[in-house]
Amino acid sequence: MIIRKLLAVGSACGMLAALACGLLPTSAAADEPGTPAGTPKVELVLDVSGSMSAKDIDGQSRMSAAKQAFDDVLDSVPQGVELGIRTLGADYPGNDKKVGCKDTRQLYPVGALNRDQAKAAVATLQPTGWTPIGPALLAAADDLKGGEGSRRLVLITDGEDTCAANPCDVARQIASQGIGLTIDTLGLIPNTATRDQLSCIAEATGGTYTTVQHRQQLTSRVKQLVDRSTDTAVTPTATQGADTCAAAPLLKPGLYSDRETFSQNRWYRVDVEPGQELRAAATVSADRAVNAGYGVLLRAVTRHGREIVRDDESGTGRTDGVSAGIRYPKPHADDGTPAEEVCLEIGNSFSAPPSVKTTPGLPVELSVDLVDSPHQPHDVAFYGLGRGWWLLGLLALTGGVVGLLTGWTSRWRLNTRLDSGRTR
Amino acid sequence: MRTARLLGAAALLAAAALGALTPAALADDTATAVPTDSPTPTASAGDDAPPTEAGTDFRTATVVQQGVQATASASAGDYLYWQFPADTGQNVTVHATVTFPSTATRHGPSTWQVDVYDGLRRRQPCRYGVQTATAGTGTASLQLACHLRTIRSYAEPWSDDPLRGTYYVRLTVLDLPSTDLGQPIQAAVKATSEGTAGRQAVDGSVAPVVTANGPRVAPSGGWAGTWWSPRWLWTAGGGVLAVAAALGAHRLARGPASGRGAPFRPAPDGYDAYGERPRRPHGEGRPPGDYGD
Repeated sequence: MIIRKLLAVGSACGMLAALACGLLPTSAAADEPGTPAGTPKVELVLDVSGSMSAKDIDGQSRMSAAKQAFDDVLDSVPQGVELGIRTLGADYPGNDKKVGCKDTRQLYPVGALNRDQAKAAVATLQPTGWTPIGPALLAAADDLKGGEGSRRLVLITDGEDTCAANPCDVARQIASQGIGLTIDTLGLIPNTATRDQLSCIAEATGGTYTTVQHRQQLTSRVKQLVDRSTDTAVTPTATQGADTCAAAPLLKPGLYSDRETFSQNRWYRVDVEPGQELRAAATVSADRAVNAGYGVLLRAVTRHGREIVRDDESGTGRTDGVSAGIRYPKPHADDGTPAEEVCLEIGNSFSAPPSVKTTPGLPVELSVDLVDSPHQPHDVAFYGLGRGWWLLGLLALTGGVVGLLTGWTSRWRLNTRLDSGRTR
Repeated sequence: MRTARLLGAAALLAAAALGALTPAALADDTATAVPTDSPTPTASAGDDAPPTEAGTDFRTATVVQQGVQATASASAGDYLYWQFPADTGQNVTVHATVTFPSTATRHGPSTWQVDVYDGLRRRQPCRYGVQTATAGTGTASLQLACHLRTIRSYAEPWSDDPLRGTYYVRLTVLDLPSTDLGQPIQAAVKATSEGTAGRQAVDGSVAPVVTANGPRVAPSGGWAGTWWSPRWLWTAGGGVLAVAAALGAHRLARGPASGRGAPFRPAPDGYDAYGERPRRPHGEGRPPGDYGD
């Protein structure tokens, strides 16, 4: 009987558990994020300067290696990617630096790809002129304007820019326009100056730098970079934090981008309803050479200036950025309790050598989420439950002692009754 | 008779509870932290082929399930990001491998590091494991590992204890000769976990720390419920043990039931066996003075 009852209870518990298990994941799952609707755009920027005729890539000239790589890449461009090609130094063979530094041309416009036309256009290229990387980047950024999709620029060159503007600054300027353009750079058998310049350009826009020594490597890397344009990451919304909380922009849950200069603090505001938990994560990226030793601070502060919670992270050495995150669960309350305005402060303690430009500021990425607030636990341990052989021993001992006491009591009562019965 | 049956049942229950407890604890220790009847997040190789690309920041981090080896070809100097889900009660270890192809000439030693961040992008310390290692020019590959603290279901907002949710892995080179920047490398990352059998089970449950501003990250079978912990078995088993001990001790202390009273006097008022009486808990039904008169 008892066992059967217990079994029934047990199976009921099991069903409950199964129900709970089936229900929980659906309620816990995050919403599917909206994917960017637009078409991804990629532009390949190829250096056609005179030095590209050097024959040092697998016994071929750099130019022919690049041409073969382009043929392979054009064959494997993913569906739905708009691809264009721009050249630099393809037309002016002369010695006039002024003219040579303007020599950049769109070889194939960004749009739906006609592979034969694009290949034919690439085939005509002959190593000719200067290496005006900066102007080419500016023009390419212009080519990619418009649309909602991701933008990616792949720069392939074998020499550094010898024209006036530092292409690294140009790249940072482009990045600060907030059009979400990533520049990946590839150096063909680069020297130190070229490598430094190209890695600086990549760093400034969150791209990557690759040294190319073999044709196969060039092909596979460019393919990989073009494929990356189809990644469906959420595009952050540009916002601008204020110097004080009162003037700060009010943010809804989402992903935001901003810029803040060295050692600056920026404020944002978020409304948190009772029963909601605010989750904020901030990343300050190091998009240029910074001094070793840096940090990021993220604080949540009430309207009246009381600090609720903070997180800070610091580090030394090479890095792409530092991030910090906070949670602020607001307890459940009666209906009609107004939302609390929480101020978020993002500070950084980056510093840079004097030679590095401090404007535009460092890229800041802020992710804001609002989820259900957890209930306050009543005990440190899981539902106040115990675990381990000590617990079992204690419970058994307690049971034993209680059993002995009741046993003795009943024995004593029995004896007294027996005795009284006998005496009667 | 009833006492005997009760005792038998109690002993059976205790045995069953303990029997259930031990294998559950063992199973938790070897494979996953989740109970056997709920989905296991580690066995997930099913739906997709392992990823062969890595992201370049938190936003684009490639999603990979635990137990799946994600690979990527990259350039030295790239920051490679992956993200994986980790559930309550797991002891997670992140393994990373950097392989240097023989075609590229290296000019000096390079130092590599794997960092793990939680869903709020807070850097998580490694309890142990070679998080940073240096590869000489002749080294063909480098192994890195980071063993995280146990994932909990609840933590105070002021602590950075690891909560269930997304975990980001960042693999990068910390230091290398500038001539080697941009050289091709192969990277591989795998996260594995083992259970804790409820050793670290805390009360309360925070919603999984997964941002809505990114891809959906969840164990392949969904997040495990937070109602379960082997602590239920331990506590219930302890209760059964206490009952069994109480009944046994009671019987022992009261003395043999039928061996004592019978020789003295037959029960009056039609009580067929006097010894029947003490088996009933005292203070029940009849008032004490009700019998024997």
